[in-house]
Amino acid sequence: MIPKDCRYTKEHEWVKQDGAGFVKIGITEFAASSLGEITFVELPAVGRGLEQMQAFGVVEAVKAASDINSPITGEVVEVNPAVQADPEVINRSPHDEGWMIRATLKDPAELDGLLTPEAYGELVKSLEGGH
Amino acid sequence: MPYTGHSPDEEKDLLAAIGVGRFDDLIQALPQSLRLTRPVGIPPGMSELELRRLFDEAERGNYDPRRTPSFIGAGLYDHDIPAVVRHMTLRSEFYTAYTPYQAEVAQGTLMTIFEFQTMVCELTGMDVANASMYDAGSAAAEAALLAATATSRTKILVARSFHPHHRAIMETYGHSPGLEFVDLGGENPLTAAEVTAACDSRTAALVVQQPNFLGGIENLAELAEAAHAAGALFVVSADPVSLGILEPPGRLGADIVVGEGQNLGNPPSYGGPACGLFACKKDLVRRLPGRLVAETVDVEGRRGFVLTLQTREQHIRREKATSNICTNNNLVALGFTITLALLGPAGLAEMSKLCLQKARYAESRLVKIPGVKRDPLGPFFCEFAIRLPKPASQVIDRVYRDSGILAGFDLGRVNPAWGDRLLVAVTEKRTREEIDSLAASMGRVLA
Amino acid sequence: MKAKRNLRLIYDRNVPGHRAHRMPPSDVPELAAHDALPSYAIRTAPPRLPEVREPEAVRHYIRLSALNHHVDKAIYPLGSCTMKYNPKINEDLAGLPGLAGLHPMAPQDLVQGLLGMLHRFGRELAEVVGMDEVSLHPAAGAQGELLGIRLVRQYHDAKGNRKKTIIIPDSAHGTNPATARMVGFEVKELKSKSDGKLDVEALRRMVDAETAAIMVTNPNTLGHFETEIEEVARIIHDVDALLYLDGANLNAMLGLTRPGDMGADIVHINLHKTFSTPHGGGGPGAGPIAVRSKLAPYLPVPVIVEKDGRFALEEDRPGSVGRLHPYVGNVGIILRAFAYLRALGCDGLARVSRAAIVNANYLMRQVEQDYPVAYPGPCMHEFVVSCTWMKKHGVKNGDVAKRMLDYGVHAPTVSFPLIVHDCLMIEPTESESRASLDSLGEILREIAREVREEPDTVIGAPHDTPVRRLDEGAAARNLVLRWRPTEGTERG
Repeated sequence: MIPKDCRYTKEHEWVKQDGAGFVKIGITEFAASSLGEITFVELPAVGRGLEQMQAFGVVEAVKAASDINSPITGEVVEVNPAVQADPEVINRSPHDEGWMIRATLKDPAELDGLLTPEAYGELVKSLEGGH
Repeated sequence: MPYTGHSPDEEKDLLAAIGVGRFDDLIQALPQSLRLTRPVGIPPGMSELELRRLFDEAERGNYDPRRTPSFIGAGLYDHDIPAVVRHMTLRSEFYTAYTPYQAEVAQGTLMTIFEFQTMVCELTGMDVANASMYDAGSAAAEAALLAATATSRTKILVARSFHPHHRAIMETYGHSPGLEFVDLGGENPLTAAEVTAACDSRTAALVVQQPNFLGGIENLAELAEAAHAAGALFVVSADPVSLGILEPPGRLGADIVVGEGQNLGNPPSYGGPACGLFACKKDLVRRLPGRLVAETVDVEGRRGFVLTLQTREQHIRREKATSNICTNNNLVALGFTITLALLGPAGLAEMSKLCLQKARYAESRLVKIPGVKRDPLGPFFCEFAIRLPKPASQVIDRVYRDSGILAGFDLGRVNPAWGDRLLVAVTEKRTREEIDSLAASMGRVLA
Repeated sequence: MKAKRNLRLIYDRNVPGHRAHRMPPSDVPELAAHDALPSYAIRTAPPRLPEVREPEAVRHYIRLSALNHHVDKAIYPLGSCTMKYNPKINEDLAGLPGLAGLHPMAPQDLVQGLLGMLHRFGRELAEVVGMDEVSLHPAAGAQGELLGIRLVRQYHDAKGNRKKTIIIPDSAHGTNPATARMVGFEVKELKSKSDGKLDVEALRRMVDAETAAIMVTNPNTLGHFETEIEEVARIIHDVDALLYLDGANLNAMLGLTRPGDMGADIVHINLHKTFSTPHGGGGPGAGPIAVRSKLAPYLPVPVIVEKDGRFALEEDRPGSVGRLHPYVGNVGIILRAFAYLRALGCDGLARVSRAAIVNANYLMRQVEQDYPVAYPGPCMHEFVVSCTWMKKHGVKNGDVAKRMLDYGVHAPTVSFPLIVHDCLMIEPTESESRASLDSLGEILREIAREVREEPDTVIGAPHDTPVRRLDEGAAARNLVLRWRPTEGTERG
């Protein structure tokens, strides 16, 4: 399931506009299911600056851990307390309840450089078909 | 060869089953230029009898620890080891198993580690303990690295009364991450004022030892407060046996406690294998190096134990791991665990009290010898330093020849300025008679 | 299946007032803690330690021990871990009171027998791997790596070389990149060729003036010998970089070939793998390193030196990286390895690698029909198979591993190396007899049949182990890392 109202990174993060000048960021269903049962998420404090494609947090499963990269440049304005209290919410609802941070969007043009839902869908298909 | 290899006929069958004619067909990838064309230059294989002779001979080339009362400590102390320990640690089930990768067939190891973690927490007063490190020195080094990443600072203050070897290991580990080590204080226990004066906004940690290398007792609460005031972490290296009688560092403000677990239940073995204790406050658990065991349940809801937070470790995080350590010094930790289980709270309290009393008695006897005095002064647990009218190396040598007693550690070996000082350790194993003999012998040697 | 009871910790066997070991009465004047120590330093509440009698303690640990799989029970084909048989004589020799009882701070004149033995072992180990000098200090393979890479830095710093990067193949153990980072190097990952081997052309393009070293595991983690290792050495040495050989797989080379002859500058040796010292449930091991003479000045102190037939610990070495071990290494482990090396002797060494290679190839033949070999061709001491075909039955490599436990054997290494998906890495070692290999082959084939015909048996495994599959997710989310008294039972 790849929501149409998001843009994507090759590293399996999604970003979605959330009010004028703001975005929400999370990891995709593909990422969540490849990691397996998520046990811990490390997220930045409100106010921290984000740089496009720089890591802002870590998501951990039992035997895997992955950096979470920011699809955009901006500043953290809100951190989802639900994913910290119950990290498995990311497995259950990666694109909705499992969002990670809300941030300002410094340069909306950055979104255009990201993968469209269709392009991301192709990427996932190639990864699933491989090996 | 008893443990290896097949008979020529067997090997022929195996090669035939593989589908090759000769062993050489299996190693075609190995260039001819690299193949050894002569046997490696070591002696031919030995039978058990020959090995025993070889080792017996090596054994005879040393002092006999069974017949040599020793007052050497300096980090490793001669404590009583219950007979049960060797019987248990020589169980194949424990010593020929590997690290618990398959938890379902490693519950024995996992449970003993869980017990170990509990005991280390109890002794040190900390929230979390790992499954052990290599030794107290590398544990202290990892503590310094942890403090640096946790605080995003680089300066490590180390008391001058810290074990000089452990301090040197910290420096080896801290070299490349660019840690800066600053020596602090003198021979006496550190004061809060010395800490406050040395702390600044780059100070990641204050590192002290309890009891310190010269045997002295640090006022941990005071030091913790001074370190914390500057935003630094407080790291304490503590002797586990002393914690039978000394207040746990965790109750006095320590953020990380390390120590030498070899001191309980394990022979000195010329310094290794050892067992680094490593315990910390709850909020540092995700930065903890090394293995960690947790309790959980199986699919049927029954209690079981697993390795946990493995995402900190090298096999998953690779270059982002908290440390490159792979396992723990498990069998040494097992000796520690079983010894504490056998001693119980009463036994440990008695052991540490005997150390205290006998060390005080030894001190009272030694300082009566003309020319011998305590230096530095102050309360101590089981070890103290004395100043001698002659070089300590000479006194050690002469006392040994006079009475067959090892009088202590020559402090000149770690600090040239301390050449006339002897570090004397007294454990529950030393008898009054041995202490009296030491005093008498030293009196004769110095007369 | 017999009913299983909940596992109990020593703390669960607590009976207040019980004890198992007592101290002698004091033969010196009584002294209260308060008369000897400052009040702030005195313990205010005793540690909660178990209170048990000796029989309960012994039964407890015997019961626990029975829950473990171990080498003395059955095959332990954990790839890359070399779980070979641990000869019993080694335990006796290292446990001799006149060796195990020695204090490391004793005067050196009084420990000549031991120092001589350590010195001799170092020399012989250097000969076995074809290098010049050995340091016995590292307490484990990972610490050997740390020392080795620290020497790389010291070497370049001393020469004024400005080096930044260490090249590591993507098939390497996780310790390699973790170690390189600990010593402050950047890691460049070298992709393996389609045959799993080192890509020498890619290496040539990757190497530059900033290359400090390459870390190579040989045979590699797929169990294949890196045929072009000499060329790798040339490329690396051309830019004054160093060839670090990860000795994890040295068992395949004993007496057959030597890292030194391949051009290695540094190699670490896992005594607990290649030299039969027991793994102890995770340690202690020992990871000595051997180096070329150009790196000898940097070895950690103290160094055991011989002078006129006497041995001494030399501390004064201006170029040294400093101290790594509090004393001179894991002596108890080193002595076991020395006994093993001497038991093998020059005539026995090559028999180890030979049997290890024959056994791995034989076992590979036994199972390759059902477990496709990731990179075909004869292997050295271990091989890697893929379980991807099982996906259509809903089975993963980890399930096969768990099912093996039901058959009373240990599982292979799972999901390593990372370059092979869904893999099992199998290393039988030279200790196994043909009968043992046949039996493992049969078990693996039977499990493959189960995967096809009754996959749920495999997916739900293990069934017959002391506990069944454990909830690792719950363990990580709700951390219970120590025993605590249940409410109401805590003593004052």
